[in-house]
Amino acid sequence: MSGETILSVDRLTMRFGGIVAVQELSFAAERNKVTALIGPNGAGKTTVFNCITGFYKPSGGAIRLSHDDGRTIALERLNDFRIAQQAKVARTFQNIRLFPGMTVLENLMVAQHNALMRASGFTFLGLIGAPVYRDAEKQAIGLATDWLKRVNLLDRADDAAGNLAYGDQRRLEIARAMCTEPALLCLDEPAAGLNARESAALSELLLSIRNELGTSILLIEHDMSVVMEISDHIVVMDHGVKIAEGSPRQVRDDPKVIAAYLGADEEEAVAVMEGGS
Amino acid sequence: MDYFAQQLINGLVLGSIYGLIAIGYTMVYGIVGMINFAHGDIFMIGGFIALITFLILVSLGLTAIPVILLVVLLVSMAITALYGWTIERIAYRPLRHSFRLAPMLSAIGMSFVLTNYSQVSQGARVKPIPPLITGGYTLHESADGFVIQLSNIQIMVVITTIVLLAIFTWLVSRTRLGRDMRACEQDQTMAALLGVDVDRTISMTFVIGAALAAVAGLMYLLYYGLVDFFMGFVAGIKAFTAAVLGGIGSLPGAMLGGLAIGLIETFWSAYFSVEYKDVAAFSILIVVLIFMPTGLLGRPEVEKV
Amino acid sequence: MTALSPKTASASRTAGIPAILKTAFINALIALVLFSLMVGIRTEAGSDGQLTYWTRFGDVAVLVAAVFGGSIVIELLRQWIGPTGAETLVPPAFKSGMSLVGRYLAPALLIFTLLVPVIFYDQRYILDLAILVLTYVMLGWGLNVVVGLAGLLDLGYVAFYAVGAYSYALLATNFGWSFWVCLPLAGILAAFWGVLLGFPVLRLRGDYLAIVTLAFGEIIRLVIINWQDLTGGPNGVSGIPRPTFFGVPLDNSDDGFAARFGLEYSATHRIVFLFYLILALALLTNWVTIRLRRLPIGRAWEALREDEVACRALGINTTTTKLTAFATGAMFGGFAGAFFATRQGFISPESFTFQESALVLAIVVLGGMGSQLGVALAALAMIGGFELFRGLEHYRMLVFGMAMVLIMIWRPRGLIGHRAPTVYLTKAQAISSDLVKEGHG
Repeated sequence: MSGETILSVDRLTMRFGGIVAVQELSFAAERNKVTALIGPNGAGKTTVFNCITGFYKPSGGAIRLSHDDGRTIALERLNDFRIAQQAKVARTFQNIRLFPGMTVLENLMVAQHNALMRASGFTFLGLIGAPVYRDAEKQAIGLATDWLKRVNLLDRADDAAGNLAYGDQRRLEIARAMCTEPALLCLDEPAAGLNARESAALSELLLSIRNELGTSILLIEHDMSVVMEISDHIVVMDHGVKIAEGSPRQVRDDPKVIAAYLGADEEEAVAVMEGGS
Repeated sequence: MDYFAQQLINGLVLGSIYGLIAIGYTMVYGIVGMINFAHGDIFMIGGFIALITFLILVSLGLTAIPVILLVVLLVSMAITALYGWTIERIAYRPLRHSFRLAPMLSAIGMSFVLTNYSQVSQGARVKPIPPLITGGYTLHESADGFVIQLSNIQIMVVITTIVLLAIFTWLVSRTRLGRDMRACEQDQTMAALLGVDVDRTISMTFVIGAALAAVAGLMYLLYYGLVDFFMGFVAGIKAFTAAVLGGIGSLPGAMLGGLAIGLIETFWSAYFSVEYKDVAAFSILIVVLIFMPTGLLGRPEVEKV
Repeated sequence: MTALSPKTASASRTAGIPAILKTAFINALIALVLFSLMVGIRTEAGSDGQLTYWTRFGDVAVLVAAVFGGSIVIELLRQWIGPTGAETLVPPAFKSGMSLVGRYLAPALLIFTLLVPVIFYDQRYILDLAILVLTYVMLGWGLNVVVGLAGLLDLGYVAFYAVGAYSYALLATNFGWSFWVCLPLAGILAAFWGVLLGFPVLRLRGDYLAIVTLAFGEIIRLVIINWQDLTGGPNGVSGIPRPTFFGVPLDNSDDGFAARFGLEYSATHRIVFLFYLILALALLTNWVTIRLRRLPIGRAWEALREDEVACRALGINTTTTKLTAFATGAMFGGFAGAFFATRQGFISPESFTFQESALVLAIVVLGGMGSQLGVALAALAMIGGFELFRGLEHYRMLVFGMAMVLIMIWRPRGLIGHRAPTVYLTKAQAISSDLVKEGHG
């Protein structure tokens, strides 16, 4: 494991009443890399995500985000929207959360809220139609159009987001997260419910985000074909603790992972892990 | 101290009445997820029907107070329950799976209908009745001559409330209907798939809520000795406040909230100012909700992400 | 009293006359029980405080017969039209025609409104009614920001209306400040109260927010009633100065409007001026709202209505976003209140009851949440309809309540059932309201 760390999670613990969902979890994600968080259902992956993105306040531990410019931000001290706004962490949701009654383009415009808010002089300049805001809006539409091209939704720009097919909605959600121009993109099961062709397209999209834009990605995923193909580093969780981490190859061959992943039935586990590669 | 004890008694009696109305709000909210704005007016209708039944019985020459009370109670519960049933059928059922604000506005409309129906049919003037239940006990007499009174009517209100609560708790926790109600509260679609008659269960919820409101109406009539067409609005808002304060959807919460509102109102009137008693009740609601956003006994809402 | 019996209602679609009669009979029976005491026995307190009563069985019979007849008619209609109900009554061709009309309806309506004082110059009643309708249009547009755009359920909107009205009334009567100074102040004060209320309570969700706003509305009203030194209590504030034509009084004095402009004095001048004043205020509200919708703040409002969690994930400060919606709505309410005070010349707490809040909310929901044109049409229909029944006195609210129920059953999504996008690449397509969320707060 080499290179610069963007996100370091240190002894993260999350309790809900008496239940310990995540216990003393530590891992790091590198800049410009795809880090995957995998594990059986109920392992606590989404809880980790919610702690990182500020939807839950961790019971203990530290989450540090290091920016290019050397700033380090303690995420556990920021609450919800400030993580996206100041720490530049964007996320998607396991059960897609678009703005269904707004158009595809509007969804992407809302994502650029903070930048546009500043450009509109906190609404006052925008209200009087100042040119500075009009330019900013044009730029924002430009950025949105770029993303629509990338995710292949340009011709649906003026349709309601709620009318898109499931796979399109997943891609739109990623585009919307990217329109916040994040340093770290957190994806919660982006391939869930996609068919094989759509999964392959998704892998391609995520790789292009990493390679062309240099955005670091943290990924929760069950679809091993996607995980194995695009991950640089994999962290495996079970019952709230980390049981293994390493490169895709290391993880795939780790007997502990195989054992934990599908319980005692090793053969089946091997089949799942290899089926993806 | 004696003054305090007297106010405590008065507050608990008033709180019992609010609690009985609040149960109707909380039950309906629990199952259908709507604020039944017309419920306060159902309480008012209950009071009117009790009054009219009482008048008829007296003019028929009945004098035995217990018999009169029993008949008035039953008639008023039955007819008011039918009002509750009819309103659900006309104004809420067609909107059950609609947009969230639609049933709420329909309920507000229904509340206007009932208020004005009562004004049109019974006139706008306050209707007094002579005290039916008189007498009481002197609990304590202090040196300076202040007397703590516990009147028979107060005892009756509290006992009726306790008995009804007991019956009601049994109904919800032990009977088939109660089980169906709890099932519908969790998941109507699933309940329907498992053979629960959702329409009937919801109707029954309205019927029971209205019957309890009718009892509250009768208690109010006996305790204050009057009814008027507008009393449903204020009592309704206060009872709804009680339901929210206790944690909407929670039955013990409704009763607790009712008592809390009754006590706040009484003590505020006793020690500060009568004029601002409602302001005090509403302000405390706001303060409680700020610090306990789901009320006193409400389940904390876990945000699903 | 439509189809009170569920079993017979479903059966009657195929069954014949006996089933219909059975349904009607059951409904009539229910009506008989419901009306027997409430209508059949009329109670009244006599002069000595003694209760008396008399019977009105004739009225009960009429009502029950009406329910019986009505049930038969409704059942017949239901069989005739089919089971899908009222939606199919409107053929698609008519609907597309309506959308065409819709495009020209707003400008046509605006032109007509501008001409109202010209057309109806001599009809004081119509001018007064038009002013009333416009006041509610403005209130509806103001509340629309909160409920329609941001999806926050506010049941105490009338509080801000009251704050605006009393701000103007008290500032003008105590300090003699002019309307044009007080108008912005009234808006600012109302917005201030909006923020003051909103700050602690806006994290509450759904019905909790609804009840807190309702409680707030009641608190404001009760404080107005009881703080007699300041507000005059139930007696209200009278002698509120009439608005001036930018400093020129609209009266028949020597330096009045008529004298200055060489016109013959007429009381109508003031009415016409008030008309254009409220029209300007309403149009300002409309213009600002339309502008705001296309700005990031407005999009954030709508996004908040659609999905609050997603908003937070995108770095939107949901608290300030809600607060701005609340404050903006409150400010417009305050403007409307100041106008109300200057128009009436007298205000009292009676004008600021929960019924007003409910009426404005009904206008917003009936209009079709978020639709500016819909709100204007709904205000026209509601207030106009309300006026039609003026002669009926108490029956008026009865009819009004029934109309609210029926309208909600007929069109739960309101008159204008679609949302216009705020930005587009190639073509602005209306979004069906079935997709649009209603907010949880």
